[in-house]
Amino acid sequence: MTTSQVAADKVGEPPRKTRGVRPRSLLLGAGLLLFLLSTVRVISGAEDITSSGSFGAALRLAVPIGLAGLGGLWAERAGIVNIGLEGMLILGTWFGAWAGFFYGPWIGVLAAIGAGALGGLLHALATVTFGVDHVVSGVAINLLGAGTARYLSSLAYGGDDRPPGSGATQSPTVHGLPEVSLPVLSSGPDLLGDLEDLHWFLVSDAAGILRGLTGDVSIITLLAVLLVPLSVFLLWHTAFGLRLRSVGENPVAAESLGVPVYRMKYIAVVSSGAFAGLGGAALVIGSIYREGQTAGRGFIGLAAVIFGNWRPGGLAAGAGLFGYADAIALRTNDAVRGLLLFVALLLVVVAIRQALQRKLPLTVATVLIAFAFFLWYATVDTVPSQLVGFTPHLITLLVLAVASQRLRPPAADGKPYRRGEQT
Amino acid sequence: MTLLAPETAPPPVPRFDLRRLGLAVAAPLLAIVVALAVAAVALLVSGSNPLTVYARMLEAGTTTRSLVITVNNAVPLYLSGLAVALGFRMGLFNIGVEGQYQLAALLAAAAGAAVTLPGPLHLAFVLLVACLVGALWAAVPAVLKTTRGVSEVISTIMLNVIAAGIAAYLLTTYLQEKVAGSNNSRTPRLDESARFPNLDPVLHALGIATPQGTRLGGFVLVAVVVGVVYWLVVSRSRFGFDLRATGLSPSASVASGVSAKRMTIVTMLMSGAIAGLVGLPQLVGHSYSYGLDFTSGLGFTGIGVALLGRGSPVGVAVGALLFAFLERSSATLQRIDVPSEIYVIMQGSIVLSVVVAYEAVRRAGVAQAERAVRRAVDPEVAA
Repeated sequence: MTTSQVAADKVGEPPRKTRGVRPRSLLLGAGLLLFLLSTVRVISGAEDITSSGSFGAALRLAVPIGLAGLGGLWAERAGIVNIGLEGMLILGTWFGAWAGFFYGPWIGVLAAIGAGALGGLLHALATVTFGVDHVVSGVAINLLGAGTARYLSSLAYGGDDRPPGSGATQSPTVHGLPEVSLPVLSSGPDLLGDLEDLHWFLVSDAAGILRGLTGDVSIITLLAVLLVPLSVFLLWHTAFGLRLRSVGENPVAAESLGVPVYRMKYIAVVSSGAFAGLGGAALVIGSIYREGQTAGRGFIGLAAVIFGNWRPGGLAAGAGLFGYADAIALRTNDAVRGLLLFVALLLVVVAIRQALQRKLPLTVATVLIAFAFFLWYATVDTVPSQLVGFTPHLITLLVLAVASQRLRPPAADGKPYRRGEQT
Repeated sequence: MTLLAPETAPPPVPRFDLRRLGLAVAAPLLAIVVALAVAAVALLVSGSNPLTVYARMLEAGTTTRSLVITVNNAVPLYLSGLAVALGFRMGLFNIGVEGQYQLAALLAAAAGAAVTLPGPLHLAFVLLVACLVGALWAAVPAVLKTTRGVSEVISTIMLNVIAAGIAAYLLTTYLQEKVAGSNNSRTPRLDESARFPNLDPVLHALGIATPQGTRLGGFVLVAVVVGVVYWLVVSRSRFGFDLRATGLSPSASVASGVSAKRMTIVTMLMSGAIAGLVGLPQLVGHSYSYGLDFTSGLGFTGIGVALLGRGSPVGVAVGALLFAFLERSSATLQRIDVPSEIYVIMQGSIVLSVVVAYEAVRRAGVAQAERAVRRAVDPEVAA
């Protein structure tokens, strides 16, 4: 078949909907995941696999990752790679905790957003106005962000007149924001909680998951979750969003159509920093600032962007997955071991799909890997926590290695753009 | 000689070159001035006089003891910077030096402690293991990039965390020395034969008296050798030419027959091998074992050093010495109630302003060249 024939065939086809996943397959996938998780819980006896505690923690841990990811998404959609998210996250944690302690949590949130946005502004200044390489500027901002936080921390909490509970590398406890729960179901009568305690197959698992996601949710978490559909709306359903994305796809064309490319990039990168700053606030409000507490979450946020193929929904799924991996690692080792079984079962499902698509060598390979995971599950009592810690990073590498052909980053992502210069 | 040169030939425009040289030196100087200004603002915020602080830093940083410590601390930064800089020369970002050196130092420590070899051979063995491990770990992003098109920026960031996890796991399970009644986590100590001699005898011969407890580590010699080899390979070899050409224009070098994939893999392997050495000044110089408290973060600081040095070994050395000097000279600031962390702000702002300054200078150079061409082609338009 020649290329022209292919093109001719394509013309006859109805335009394929490439964006998003259909609601039906989404429901099917969620149902399948629930079934697998329930099965694993019943077989391994690790209640934490689907307990409300695990899912509540997963949601809390996913928030900073997801917010950093949203930051990455906004910047990269406008064509600016933002490696500096980690530094902006750190700025957010320090300023959020400092202002939160002295002036109340809401001011802390605002300060964190402002500090992150300032980091974003610096990145925009370097990459857009001065045309510095994006990765180089990002690395420099990470150094500067970490350094600023260390210096200010030593300055604010290192002296003799420091607030109680603080030290040169940590802030005093910041008051939390109110938490909300779904009435009747997750609080008060707590119907979901009763259901969860019955330990019924599927039913209790669904109840546990729902209760974890709807009980005692911090306002910041709620805000962060709402920012995902808001980003979808702003970036994909408004003229502003179309312009912003066009800058990331083809800035020369955008400029020729009258889109203010520099201004769009500035808006995107400053917002990016603001998102990361809010992510920092999510870590410290109701807790403390501690040196090194971000632990590379800015980078994991970037990984979530890639995992989600530069789309808000996928990014949220990635952040949720990474948050869940973190939460499970923090809970019992039984649950971690149960995850091995989960991976094995998941791979079996993938293998069945591959077999239906008649990809025989792939199927065999997948079955073998699934078997290896099952053997691991069956032969060990504990999984070393050090190895669980890097699960998100390993998953990201695997996704990149296996599916990089199907990923579609913005076309002009990371490329320098100068007005009037064709690159 | 003069007979051969036709008199009509244009002079080799020394003034122009001098100006470009001036611009090249101006960038880092400008960056340092900006960084000092930024740090001055931070100091003013904290209520101290920047001039007093700088004077104090200069005084504390230039004692013999401080200078020796500065050189010692600059050595790992230099190696780390060189590893990153090598990648930069062909447009590769090896952000994974951090993971490469940690894994390399751990395995070199374990392997070195496990074997018994005579004298220099033992030391060479440890160095070799470190280089190999670093190169192998760097091969992962290289292969992912050449076969699957995965950006090395993301993969090396991920591999850093994975390396740290694997190192912590290996250390606490298989490679840890079991000492009765103690729960320390470190590898067995290296034999005397695998330790690097210090340079104090040389200093004494030169008439420099080192204060008690301060030793000039011998690894600085290895750093010099690596620097010279780096210069020879990058600036004086066919490979180096291909490397720089690929960095300047990938498409042009591919068109002239350079295999981009091969270049990527070889460069990453070499960068990883240098990165493998980063932890060794500490390992064979004074700690003799790898423990949970082994210095971390050198890989990230090395990126800053490489950005400062612009890929030239001398530039990277200056950057490493500057970073080490800033850290050392601010160490005693606590006594005058200034957080010694001020040096981290200085390092960060130096890096950020130096990349902006280099870019501005590059643009100025391009504009200058364009003007020169325009003048040469059509004097009236230029006028």
